[in-house]
Formats: sequence, structure tokens, C-alpha cells
Amino acid sequence: MRVLFRKSYKQDIRLFRDRTQAFWYLLFLCIALAAPLFLDGYFLDELSFVYIYAIAGLGLMILTGFSGQVSFGQAAFVAIGAYAHTILLSRYGVPWILSLPLAALITGLVGLAIGRICGRMHGLYLAIATLSIAIVTERLIGGGGDFTGGHRGLPVPGIDIFGIAVDQSWKTYLLNLALFVGAILMTRNLLRTRSGRALIAIRDSEVSARSLGTNVAFYKAYAFFLSAVFAGLAGGLLAHAFYYITPETFGMGESIRLLLMIVVGGIGTIHGAIFGAFFIVLLPTVLSWVKVLLPGAIATSGGFDSLAFGLILLGFILFEPDGLYGRWVKIHHYFNVFPMYKRRSFQRQKTFLKTERLK
Amino acid sequence: MTGLSFADAIQLLLVGLSQGCLYSLIAIGLVLVYKATEQVNFAQGEFMMLGAFVGYQFIVLWGLPYWLGALLTLVFMGGFGYGVDALVVRRLTGQPVFTVFILTLALGIALRAVAGIVWGFGNYSLPDPIEGNLALGPVIIGWSSVLAILVTAIVASGLYAFFRYARQGVAMQALSLNQLAAFYMGIPVKRLTSSIWAMSAIFGAIAGLLLGPVTLVSTQMGFVGFKAFAGAIVGGFGSIPGAVLGCLLIGVTEPFFDIMFPTFKGIGAYLIMFLVLLIRPEGLLAQIYAKKV
Repeated sequence: MRVLFRKSYKQDIRLFRDRTQAFWYLLFLCIALAAPLFLDGYFLDELSFVYIYAIAGLGLMILTGFSGQVSFGQAAFVAIGAYAHTILLSRYGVPWILSLPLAALITGLVGLAIGRICGRMHGLYLAIATLSIAIVTERLIGGGGDFTGGHRGLPVPGIDIFGIAVDQSWKTYLLNLALFVGAILMTRNLLRTRSGRALIAIRDSEVSARSLGTNVAFYKAYAFFLSAVFAGLAGGLLAHAFYYITPETFGMGESIRLLLMIVVGGIGTIHGAIFGAFFIVLLPTVLSWVKVLLPGAIATSGGFDSLAFGLILLGFILFEPDGLYGRWVKIHHYFNVFPMYKRRSFQRQKTFLKTERLK
Repeated sequence: MTGLSFADAIQLLLVGLSQGCLYSLIAIGLVLVYKATEQVNFAQGEFMMLGAFVGYQFIVLWGLPYWLGALLTLVFMGGFGYGVDALVVRRLTGQPVFTVFILTLALGIALRAVAGIVWGFGNYSLPDPIEGNLALGPVIIGWSSVLAILVTAIVASGLYAFFRYARQGVAMQALSLNQLAAFYMGIPVKRLTSSIWAMSAIFGAIAGLLLGPVTLVSTQMGFVGFKAFAGAIVGGFGSIPGAVLGCLLIGVTEPFFDIMFPTFKGIGAYLIMFLVLLIRPEGLLAQIYAKKV
């Protein structure tokens, strides 16, 4: 087991914990960059989806995982981003390189407004309020007539950066990868700063955060803003990946899927958003391999995918609430302390209900 | 909005009232579980859907008489609710609310898939409990809607009295304050909690049986549950009269909203909820005043 000596205060907020960690992450980056050399178009597109979902997941992680505000309506922000980007591109002829940040900014401002309103709510109220935002947004876009294309949807123009058309799988892959790495760095940097620590303080206890002088209302709205910016960015990229967007693509089900994604990945960690994105994008592919082995009646029925999804989630919540990343930490710990591993070190304490209501 | 005569308005009002009563029945199930365990059941809409499907199995597929089939459905769903708590939800006692949100959401997804695999993903019709209509001058209302209003009134007032006066009801309140203390006082915590889930599933099934003839039985009907959530929140989550009041408010305003803004059909409920939350963030009859540190 490695012992970490603290030699300076900066050590706690460095980008990487130590050289080994930096080495591994840079190695992963190199593999990801080289992926177009040895993967074909289908897998590159799948990986692009993983990156896009991971960006949206990072946004949701900032909101739900770090600032502790449960959002059931993240798909609404993704939808706003996708529509803003598409409309700016195709109707107003804004160049791609400007249109994407603009779309993210517009989404961020909507998020800020919603955050101002929702910052006063907690728990269930917040969950249902954000859920209704998802439903209302879908309906508003659907009823938006010619401006949003209504329920017929809108075609998405291709990507064009300074005259270079990004039209092949490997090109979009690299573009998505670049933005994905940028999003990770932004989130990591957020956590290393005062505002990131303020968010975590609010998550852990709002009352103590307030009594330590944190401006709770401001930081809650700030979390909504950042999360919406990420979601808007993901929305813009997702629009290109789909080629055609309709309001139904970003309905309530999608919001819940995004939330479940970060839970499966491991809530409250950057890794969690990424693991969750891999899970949610690759699950249908893996299930289609599994289906071949099953008897025909089960495999062909339409509910198999969602049944598997629901049961996997139930399993995670009951047996591994820290998600895939939690499992990885345990495996890592097992090898770190090799013959001395104790199951007890990760056992959950027995808890009983004590009400939080005051009369 | 032109051409909406007085009789039409009354008609819409009655339609809204019976719809609101159905929302209330779902919401009562939600509030019951919340009152006793502070867990929020996002699968309540799916409980209702399952109740409707089980009723469809007994009444339509097996051809049992309506009331016998309905009774069997309620018994089955009661057992189902008990089992869900005893086997799954109980493991998460005392965990943060968010964990239970996710658990019940996952349960809802799984239940929808199971119902689809067993009964198919189409739309199925369920017979009305009572055929025929009641005509009051120009206004016509189905006997089933009258029944829905009556059942809701009975259930709501019965539960209110139950929590106020009955020994078991008071025990449930004790349980909702502090489980460990309630256990030390000799309250059978596990059995009582599971019974509450059973009750909530039964109310869900009643709502399903009454809603089935109106909207047709399908795997998607559970999404009505979210409107019940909106209603319960308008009334202040955790209070039964509040939930009924909120759901009636939403049910009554909804048809008028849909007629006024046909393009934005179906979002009236959520807009009303937002309005109420803007003015009173805790709902109309608030239950939570502050949070402990």
C-alpha cells in the first residue's frame, strides 16, 4: 500500500494525485486519440455517443452529484441546446464554431432562470419540479409551430469548421473527444476551486454551508447554470449525431435515463459520469449479444431491454449504491492491501428512519 | 375561447372532478407511504397500471363477474404491495431519500416491461364498473365517474379518520417520526410498514380499475402518476386532505386549460404546480416547515 506524504497544501488540489495517476490518464487519452486507427466506423460512432452522453452526465453530476440538487429534467436542457444550435445554424446561418458556444450559453441562461426558481425547493419537490420542466419543454417545442418544426422535427445541417467539413466518423469522433476532454478538465478544475467546494458543502449540509458564509442561493443557481451549459453543449453535439431532431427524442424518459446513468456510474464522482455513459450507450449492444443466447420468446418481446435495464438498476441500488466507480474503488483497494482485504471496510451501517420533518 | 356555454362548463367541471378524484386516489397511495416511511414511491403510477392489467386478466380474459374480479384484483395487489416492501424497499430503510427515488424509478421501469411482456404493449379496454349515464338536464355524467367521486370521498375521509383515531393509524404516525423508538414501544414496525405499502397498492389498483375504462389499459397509463405527484405537491406532500385538494384543483382546471390551449395539451397540471410552488414553496397545506440540521 502506498503512503501519500503531504509536502505542501497545494498537493490536495493538484490536477493529478501523483505521477502514476497522471501517467495512466495520459495513456488513456493516447489510446482514445489513436482509436480511429484500429476501430471501424460503427464503434467510433458508438464511442462518440459515449462522449456526448458523458458531457451531459458531467453536467448532471455537477448539479445532482456535487451540489446535491436532484434533477429529473436534464433532457430539457439537452433539448434546448440541440434546438438552439440547430436553429442558429440552419435559420440564421451562424458559423458552427460560434453557434455551439452560443447554444450552450442560451441553455445556461435558461438553466440559471430555472435554478433561481428551483433553488428554494428540496428533495421531492425539486425532483417533481424539474420533471415537469422536462415535460413542459417537450410540449413547448412540440407546439412551437414553424419556429421549432413542431412534432415533425428539424433536420440538422452538417458540421463545418472554418471551411473544413467534419463529415466522417473519425472526424466527428475526434471533435467529440476534444470537447469531452475539455468538459472533464472543466469539471475537475471546478472541484479544485472555491466555488466547487462551496457546491459540495451545500450538498453535505445546507445549513452548515450557510452558517459558514456560503451564499447558498447563488451557488445553487450557479450549479444549475453550469449543468445547463454542459447539457446544452451535449445537446448541440447530439443533434449532429442524430441528423434529425424531434421533441420526443428529449422527453421525460430521456431525463430519467440520464439520471439513472450517473447513478449506475457512481454518484458524486467524475468517473461515475463517464462509466455511466459507457454503460448506457453500450448496454443495447451487449443486450443484443445476450439475446442470441436466450430462447426466442423472451428475446423477441419488446420489453426485454427495459426489463434488463430496470433489473440492473435495482441490483445496483440494492447491492452497490456507489455504482460502477464504487465497485472499481473496491477492486482497487483489494489489490492495494492485497492479503489484508476486509469486506467490513465497505459495509453499510444499519440505518433507521428518523424524520426530518419539524412541526 | 368562444362557444363555451354554461352547460358545457358544468360538464367539463364534472369531467375534471372525476378525473381529479382518480388522481387523488393515486396521490393518496403516495402520501400514505410518505407519511409512514418518508419514502417516495415513483412506481405508484405503475402500481395503478399493474392493477388495471390484473383486473383485465381476471375480468376480460378469464371472464369472471366484474365485482368478483375487482375484489380479486385488490387482494392480489395488496399482496403485491406487501411483497414489494418486504422484499425490496425494506433493505433501504433510513437511506437518503434519493436512493429510494432511484429504486422506485427502476422498479417502475421493470414493472412496465413485465406488463408489456405478459400482456403486450397495445391498448386494451376494461368494462365500466356501472354501465349507463346519469343525466341532469343538459349535463350527462357516467355512473362510473359518480362512483369514482364517491370512492375517493369515502377513502379520503376514512383514511383521515384512521390516522386520527384508530390505534393502528396512530402507530403508523409514531413509526413515521422515529422507527427505532416506535419499535421499542412494541409497534411491529416491519409488518406495519409493509401493510402500508399494501394499502397504497390497493388504492392504486382501485384507481387503475376506475381509470382503465376511461383511458384504455396500456403500459403507458402509469405516467398519469406524475400528475398525481403534481397534485399531491400542490396540496403539500404528506397531507391526505392536501393531496385530495391539490389533485381536485389540477383535475378541474385541466380540461379548461386543454380547451383554451389545444397545442399545449397536457401541461396545465404542471404549470399550476409551478404557480403554487412559486407562491408557497411547501404547497398549500404544508407539512414540512423546516429541516433538522
